[in-house]
Amino acid sequence: MSETQGSDRNLSRRRWYIGAIYGLQAMMGAALAIPAAVYLLFPPKLKKEDHWVETADLAKLTPGTPEEVVFRRDRVDGWKVSSEKASAWVVKKNDAEVIAFSPQCTHLGCAFRWEARTKTFLCPCHTSNFSLDGKVVDGPAPRPLDQYQVKIEGTKVLLGPIRVSPEA
Amino acid sequence: MRHVLDWIESRTGLETMVKHFLYEDIPASAGWHQVFGSVALFLFLIQVFTGAMLAFNYAPTPGEAYNSLKYVVTELTGGTLIRGLHHWGASTMIVVVVLHMLQVFIWGAYKKPREATWMVGVILLMLTMAFGLTGYLLPWDNRAYWGTVVTTQIAGLAPGAGPYVQRLMGAENGVGVVTFARFYAMHTLLLPLIMVAIIAFHVYLVRKHGVTPAPGDNAPKKKFFPEQVYKDTVAVFLTFLVLFTLAAVVKVPLGRLADPTDTSYIPRPEWYFLFLFQLLKFFEGKMEVVGAVILPNLAIVALFLVPFIDRGKVMRVTQRTMAMAVVVAAAIGWSALTVAAVRSTPAQTEVDVTLAEPAPETVAWASLSPEELAGLGYFRAEKCGTCHAVGSGPAKKGPDLSGTAGKRDASWLIGHFKNPQSHVPGSAMPAVNLPAAQLNALAAFLLKLTPQTATVLMASPEAAVDGAMVYQQNRCGTCHQVNGVGMKLGPPMNGLAKRRDRKWVEGHFLDPQKFSPGTVMPPYRLSPGELDRLTTYLMSL
Repeated sequence: MSETQGSDRNLSRRRWYIGAIYGLQAMMGAALAIPAAVYLLFPPKLKKEDHWVETADLAKLTPGTPEEVVFRRDRVDGWKVSSEKASAWVVKKNDAEVIAFSPQCTHLGCAFRWEARTKTFLCPCHTSNFSLDGKVVDGPAPRPLDQYQVKIEGTKVLLGPIRVSPEA
Repeated sequence: MRHVLDWIESRTGLETMVKHFLYEDIPASAGWHQVFGSVALFLFLIQVFTGAMLAFNYAPTPGEAYNSLKYVVTELTGGTLIRGLHHWGASTMIVVVVLHMLQVFIWGAYKKPREATWMVGVILLMLTMAFGLTGYLLPWDNRAYWGTVVTTQIAGLAPGAGPYVQRLMGAENGVGVVTFARFYAMHTLLLPLIMVAIIAFHVYLVRKHGVTPAPGDNAPKKKFFPEQVYKDTVAVFLTFLVLFTLAAVVKVPLGRLADPTDTSYIPRPEWYFLFLFQLLKFFEGKMEVVGAVILPNLAIVALFLVPFIDRGKVMRVTQRTMAMAVVVAAAIGWSALTVAAVRSTPAQTEVDVTLAEPAPETVAWASLSPEELAGLGYFRAEKCGTCHAVGSGPAKKGPDLSGTAGKRDASWLIGHFKNPQSHVPGSAMPAVNLPAAQLNALAAFLLKLTPQTATVLMASPEAAVDGAMVYQQNRCGTCHQVNGVGMKLGPPMNGLAKRRDRKWVEGHFLDPQKFSPGTVMPPYRLSPGELDRLTTYLMSL
């Protein structure tokens, strides 16, 4: 056996060692990194069902006059489910149709109020104005008011999750 | 690229450092038997990583630890695997550390000049065990709680130091919030820091004295990289394969939430502490301290002083009969104690809450324990519903109780019942004046309420609730089980209707001897109404 053959063998063995070291380490790295990424990035498995909350009595609402209703709803926050206070501006259009606005201005989240004089929702922060159907009348608000999903059962008004309005 | 690397090298010397580390001279006889140290280090890194992953979704307080861990294993994808890796990683690490020590012992590698390396290694073994001990409490289920109760009691036995050790563990007045906080801080803050420092010192000592050559190895030295690194990596990989399989296949149970009043739970330590547990059985009364404290500590001191007890220069295994005899005796002793402990462990009836939970619709009153169901009775009797909505219905004066399970623990609730204003300043709630057992039941019931189950549970039929109250007031659970809760002295009550008819059951309460001669059950003087309600409840289980 010549010396070159011997050192060739050594060299290829050395290559095999190094290849195996990197290969095995990469496999272990992947076996840890992939589950960890899934664990951190995937949403929880729990299906968040739409909880409908009874908020107002249709018979007691006046058509065309918004009314602020306060109710409690569940908030799922990681391992905690908490019951929290929420409110909505409910507008009765007729006996079969009600819209309910999320009480936050779509500009920067301030709470707006109903101005009976101008018949608009006015946000006190940057004076965004919204019409009775939630459209922006003037001011910096980028989109109409967000609305709750609404269901009517008999005379009960049930509110579901909030649907974000698309940008105007 | 080379340019960048050169710059980094010239400014930091990183490349030189890595090369210096990898091209260490090791004896020609180094090989597969010397892989265990690297594997132990690797496992420590796995624990650090998976531990941090768990901490990302873990609330370290007794009130929430359990719920958050349950969330990790039931709701997060990969959560079970991460927890499995951490749990089995701990066991695997103990195994590998012990194998590492065995190898060092058999090869005589603790002898001059490597005495300090051995002693630092013993400290690392103790730290590994301390990790196991402190981590055991963190799931805050029954296993964790009761296991730690025993541990802290044992610590209290130490002559002189006992009370101080217990105070240090935050367990003077039993295992509670302070114990939990201290164990958590030890497990995640102090122990890892100490461990890293001591591992570094250990590795430094290994480098200072070099890897131990086999006796008579005078061949020219070789380099650590790549051959030995390859062997270490293969060993690490095989260990990881075993660990990963364990984590993926063997489920780590999460028991019921820690319940200090659960007298039916039989605690057992983790397998590697079972020998200590069994040892305790040989010492009674005043001698207990010998088995609990003195012997284990003597063993640690002996282990620590091994290099000074055995000062002979011979390294060859065949010439060290005495040392080998000690190893064999220790192995036999450890195995015998462990096997005896395993054999004396009764099959656990502990439930695993991570197994598929019943769908919310089917969580009905029948799945509640009598105590929980009786709690609903007290809820109704005390008219809690006047001010508290539970799930459905309009908002009331007090907070909605449907989410109680996720927010409060039993001790908070009971404290709140007794003195509402101390827990919620300004609360308009009047104190609930009930005996302790009934307050416990009320709390137990409220802790069953989740937004998904609340409405169904609140609608439990009156007959069952009333029956459960009679069951609880007469402490039937001292001998009987319903839904796995209670003692097993008498027969379990589930399925009673299949075994007996109503008349038999009613007659049996009044005169047990007549129906089951020789029974230890005393007669119960129940009023006709109580008898009827209790029987109705039991027959419907």
